[in-house]
Amino acid sequence: MDGDHACCEGALSAGCRFVAGYPITPSTEVVERIASRFPSVGGFFIQMEDEIASSIAIQGAVWAGAKAMTVTSGPGFSLMMEHIGLAAMLETPCVFVNVQRGGPSTGLPTLPGQADMMQARWGSHGDYEIIALSPNSPQECYDLTIKAFNLAEEYRVPVMLMMDECVGHMTEKVIIPKAEEIEITERRYTNAKPGEYLPYLADESLVPPMAKAGDGYRFHVTGLTHDERGYPVMSAEAQEKCVRRLVEKIRKNADRIVSCEETDIEDAEVIVVSYGITSRVAIKAIEMAREEGLRVGHLRLITVWPFPERRVRELAERVKAFVMPELNYGQMFFEMQRVIEGKAKSYLVPHGGGTVHDPQVIYQKIKEAAW
Amino acid sequence: MVNPPNPVNHYLRTDRMPHIWCSGCGLGTTVNCFVRAVEQCGIPLDLISVVSGIGCTGRVAGYLKMDSFHTTHGRPIPFATGLKLANPKLKVVVYSGDGDLFAIGGNHFIHAARRNMDLTIICVNNFTYGMTGGQVTPTTPVDAIATTTPYGNIEEPFNLPHLAESAGAVYVARWTTFHVRQLIKSLREALQKPGFTFVEIISPCPTLYGRRNRLGDGLDMMRFYKENSVIKNGADTREVGLDFKGTIVCGKFVDRERPSYLEAYNAKMAERLGASYQPYQGVL
Repeated sequence: MDGDHACCEGALSAGCRFVAGYPITPSTEVVERIASRFPSVGGFFIQMEDEIASSIAIQGAVWAGAKAMTVTSGPGFSLMMEHIGLAAMLETPCVFVNVQRGGPSTGLPTLPGQADMMQARWGSHGDYEIIALSPNSPQECYDLTIKAFNLAEEYRVPVMLMMDECVGHMTEKVIIPKAEEIEITERRYTNAKPGEYLPYLADESLVPPMAKAGDGYRFHVTGLTHDERGYPVMSAEAQEKCVRRLVEKIRKNADRIVSCEETDIEDAEVIVVSYGITSRVAIKAIEMAREEGLRVGHLRLITVWPFPERRVRELAERVKAFVMPELNYGQMFFEMQRVIEGKAKSYLVPHGGGTVHDPQVIYQKIKEAAW
Repeated sequence: MVNPPNPVNHYLRTDRMPHIWCSGCGLGTTVNCFVRAVEQCGIPLDLISVVSGIGCTGRVAGYLKMDSFHTTHGRPIPFATGLKLANPKLKVVVYSGDGDLFAIGGNHFIHAARRNMDLTIICVNNFTYGMTGGQVTPTTPVDAIATTTPYGNIEEPFNLPHLAESAGAVYVARWTTFHVRQLIKSLREALQKPGFTFVEIISPCPTLYGRRNRLGDGLDMMRFYKENSVIKNGADTREVGLDFKGTIVCGKFVDRERPSYLEAYNAKMAERLGASYQPYQGVL
């Protein structure tokens, strides 16, 4: 099964039953499979008139009780930015899948890129936090789609699944576990009585329970800065209270959210930090370096946002250098540099996209870093 | 002496009063007519969701004591589409202004009408962007003055009933805020009819449209509606375009039958997936 199809299966396993989308290469196979699969399992797919519509139709569906996602690639992702902000502000749990291709603009529709990483984090206006995951295989496209839905429900945030053309179109074995073996996070609904429910009153988890349309709560939500009642309040104090919680519910839980894979870290002098399809090329380059006797480890980011700040900072205290290959001219690299704070050297292995790195190029950079 | 409570208080978030609308604005009248239509239509209040975009009319959702959503500029229709499709038992109403629904949101309007999506769309048309201070909109008549057409508008405005009918709406009506009884009846019919139903309400914005165009205050504008409206039920919508200070044709123009989006969906799936297909009841 390819990664795009695995993403569809992951959505089904996660309990997603509403998808709105618009065709765009190289993500289209995800929604094509959804369009075929959903009607017979009680789900609903609609092809909307554009990505703007898709990215808000899913939010309407969530407020009616669905688990929902939309699927796109670069240009469509750009159109969705305002509604990523809306999802952050209304605290609508939902999933945005971006099968990344080369950009900017129409760029390379059929070829890979990893240059939407900063856009995923910062693309909508205003301050907010999101979660983003980056799969490096069809199996992970399946697994991380489920994880994306679970995180969306746990923290009531939009979660980005940052695939790329390679993992989307790559065919490998995908193991789909039995339903009872899959861990699913269900939505937390309020126990309050109608009339007593405050949509944005959070406990110490910082994540308020939801209500859904039709259940008698007669609640109001708005993209305006709002108070606990969900009513607009135009003041600096209300802004501080509203936005601070949106940011803190992720930042304070970052250690619980972050997920990385570490290989040969213990003795490493140089650590290659990579994510998505690039991690598979990095593994080859690390093997070549290890054969040469270089002490190289691998830190693979599964969660890209929030960035594994605490772990990278720990490693920076004891390693000589970090090397990051990515299919862009420096995006996650700059986040990594910020975290390292100059305590170790850092080397970017940039690439414009369109194909993956030549492992030789990463290997050369590892050698330079280890020197 | 204590005034008796407003009979529609039950439908309003009275804890949010006073509202932000100017004196002489027609929006309060439209809300009054809407809640009376809701009262008459027989749909349980808990099952009604109101979705608004951005602008003065966009604030309606926040004043109605129903499940209500204040979304992004121009996008209440796709939000409402998701809400309706995830739970078809809901009656989903989009309540927004001419700029929101027909400039930035125009594409969504025509596609939802084409699909015959089960939504009731209420457009309060005051010919201007009120919230941002009186700019030209896609319904501003030719020659009218706006802050962004200080020498007069040269763009042909949309004829909204004709646009709605052409795009596929099954119910199309237009009234002014003067025609409260007819408006309540049309809103009730629109709420009760399956499919994409559309009601345009011509409404005064004395502060930013009336004053700038020497149309007087809110009362003068209401008097203008009274004296310059004609009721032509069933009128050919090609003939109901609005001119600056011209006659306003009101009435129920379209009331026709075609399968709604969900009816068409269920029929197709039953045909193709066979007897095992269960009609779609929502994702729950």
